[in-house]
Amino acid sequence: MNAPAYNFAYLDEQTKRMIRRAILKAISIPGYQVPFASREMPMPYGWGTGGVQVTAAILGPQDVLKVIDQGSDDTTNAISIRKFFAKTAGVATTTATEEATVIQTRHRIPETGLHENQVLVYQVPIPEPLRFLEPRETETRRMHALAEYGLMHVKLYEDIARFGHIATAYAYPVKVNARYVMDPSPTPKFDNPKMDNCPALQLFGAGREKRIYAIPPYTQVVSLDFEDHPFEPYRFNAPCALCAAENSYLDEVVTDDKGGRMFVCSDTDYCEGRQAAGHHGSLSAAPYKERAQGESNG
Amino acid sequence: MYVAVKGGERAIENAHRLLAHARRGDQSVPEVTLDQISEQLGLAVDRVMSEGSLYDRELAALAIKQARGDLIEAIFLVRAFRATLPRFGASEPVDTGAMRVQRRVSSTFKDIPGGQILGPTFDYTHRLLDPTLAEGFVPEAPATAEASTAATPRVTDILGRDGLIEPSPQAEAGASVGDLTREPLNFPADRDLRLQNLARGDEGFLLAMGYSTQRGYGRNHPFAGEIRFGEVEVEFAAEDVGFAVPLGAIELTECQMVNQFKGSATEAPSFTRGYGLAFGQSERKTMSMALVDRALRARELGEEALAPAQDEEFVMSHSDNVQATGFVEHLKLPHYVDFQSELGLLRKLRQEFAEANEAEPMKEAAE
Amino acid sequence: MTTIAELPPGFADKVLSAQSTFRSVMDAMARPGLVQRIVPMAGTPGPMMRGTAAIALTLFDHDTPLWLDARMSESFDVVKWLKFHTGAPVVQDSSIAAFALIADGLALPPLERFALGSSEYPDRSTTLILQVDSLDAGRAFELHGPGIDGVATLQAAIRPADLFERLRVNEALFPRGIDVVLVADEAVVAIPRTTRVVNKGS
Repeated sequence: MNAPAYNFAYLDEQTKRMIRRAILKAISIPGYQVPFASREMPMPYGWGTGGVQVTAAILGPQDVLKVIDQGSDDTTNAISIRKFFAKTAGVATTTATEEATVIQTRHRIPETGLHENQVLVYQVPIPEPLRFLEPRETETRRMHALAEYGLMHVKLYEDIARFGHIATAYAYPVKVNARYVMDPSPTPKFDNPKMDNCPALQLFGAGREKRIYAIPPYTQVVSLDFEDHPFEPYRFNAPCALCAAENSYLDEVVTDDKGGRMFVCSDTDYCEGRQAAGHHGSLSAAPYKERAQGESNG
Repeated sequence: MYVAVKGGERAIENAHRLLAHARRGDQSVPEVTLDQISEQLGLAVDRVMSEGSLYDRELAALAIKQARGDLIEAIFLVRAFRATLPRFGASEPVDTGAMRVQRRVSSTFKDIPGGQILGPTFDYTHRLLDPTLAEGFVPEAPATAEASTAATPRVTDILGRDGLIEPSPQAEAGASVGDLTREPLNFPADRDLRLQNLARGDEGFLLAMGYSTQRGYGRNHPFAGEIRFGEVEVEFAAEDVGFAVPLGAIELTECQMVNQFKGSATEAPSFTRGYGLAFGQSERKTMSMALVDRALRARELGEEALAPAQDEEFVMSHSDNVQATGFVEHLKLPHYVDFQSELGLLRKLRQEFAEANEAEPMKEAAE
Repeated sequence: MTTIAELPPGFADKVLSAQSTFRSVMDAMARPGLVQRIVPMAGTPGPMMRGTAAIALTLFDHDTPLWLDARMSESFDVVKWLKFHTGAPVVQDSSIAAFALIADGLALPPLERFALGSSEYPDRSTTLILQVDSLDAGRAFELHGPGIDGVATLQAAIRPADLFERLRVNEALFPRGIDVVLVADEAVVAIPRTTRVVNKGS
């Protein structure tokens, strides 16, 4: 039988060269989606194959890898991907944002500010920000070529007319280096400002859709908005129940079936770091209760 | 006190141990062997080889066993292995005209040179469950005859001699064949890439798409010119050897559909072709593929492309079951960060809605 | 005539040398103007510098048409070494090249002769690998653009002397354009199409 023997970081060298060339072009054209011949990975499409291929193409023995999903190092898919690289590349892994040189993420940007010696690799399901307005690749490619983004503004404006707000809470579109409209992957819009002028290199991999794109360090990233309806990041207005952080993105944890809720940091490393530094939340505080319709505030 | 969920690593390990246990089933029942799968579930193996794009019966059988009979999962296992294999190049085109035919039927002519050969087929079996198969079944010896030495030319070649059907496109010498597993796909895509996509495409998807053309969504008036199944030689032209080296024989099914074409001011009316090819015996797949291939040629044949099966971007972007299953199933991964963002927005909108509705009656009362 | 056995060697460890070279080039592209070092691990044929050789082994293969300037293509060793170690096809038509290797900057063809990409596919453009005299001494160039925190200062001895004037075509062409990798022995600096020169010293 043809027994499998796998290369360093799984991918064969020819595939790595192809991905590496795509990464270089992605960096030189910020926000533009470079087509690449995504390979079949030993994990399903939609589960991070794009991010995994980008990570595999850049990772070396000196790297320290952190993998998060929903901000947490402990979610099952993050564990699975971290183990994959520990096994195929033998790299050191960490949960500490500060120590990592490569961070692969799904749906969050860490709360701790990134530094110049880091690369943030995003897993992207649908890289095309215009896809929900226009399903055809041939059309969206033309729109990007002409920087014809009126349709996106119309959509956002229709939201305002209908709801009084832009009804996009995650995967909120941004404009990179004043040229390309880009999908930041399904991160909550709370994270959008972290992409702007970030010291770290940000790489985005979409395996199933076969696209790689990038934001170089110190690059302008602006969330699309209107003068009379400026972009507003959303955060539930409560301190973290574990570490009392007032400025971190929160997960809502259902504590009982009677409307009991509590809110804790989505970034587990950040939260644990704060707790270790002596910050403590009000664990015994009355859990937040879902307000019944018509009930008044307070 | 609240403690964040931990221990995912052990949970994964335990889940996989449980999976191995479930895969094996009742251990008092003998374990199924790869030979048994390959020999007795041969059509499953054929499908996994076709859609997995790798001709290796033993590995396909292993994949089916590992996947507990879930063929899309088995195809995925084969694809992931295939992606790591080194490439030496492309084989010479196989000559299906020289196929050692086990089955060959044409619906367009009553008799054809080389004859109609039914071969091993479900056709004309009465679909009655057969209890004798449940255990200890020994089949009757097959009827045999002297192997025919007559050539079995392809029906489309016979039509082609009279110019009644468009010629098969000739390969340009030295031109490389597209490979969508190695190069990013761009639209519009040429027919080589379309056929590759369809050959790897999900049988069920192609069946539904092909069926839709018959029901009027991009109708193209097909006749099954010929379906043949048998063995062909594979040869590889090694650059440093200077001639083609035989690599061995593989089993293939080929379907050539003959379709209507009205002709144009400059071109005499002639039949057109739809083509299907798959590893092993895969008739449903190749027939569906041929229907969809013909539908996707709408653009090149100057037909109006209005139906889903004629829309190359739609068909090619959704035909791959490994991609499709991954993305559909990824919805079971945690999405609580984006869901939380959506919840926050919804709460805000509902609050504003409630406030507006409270304000509204008061305004009316004041008026 | 050099036989294959006499050709300078490729990477001793293909996998890890390619990875570390790529990271240097990626960091260079992500931080224009900043000098990155390539750990020299391969031989160098003819006029090819160590950095150029490492980049070739890291990024070139059958899928990357190469254009060589006269000084490179005149070297039989360069051509043979590239063919043996990378398999990349050498093309005469610079407008279809994925990479161009320039040993003699004074003979650099007009940039419009290289692939500039299309509006739909601006990535289908030539990456120019230009060997220069020095990347730590010479004229000072003040650069800004994506990847640069404010302004980066590059000190370099570059031929052609008007390289940055020529690269101004990138402003009008964007998102189409030319990306340049400058190599001085094992030092590497990248000038992607988004980088602008704000000020030049002497």
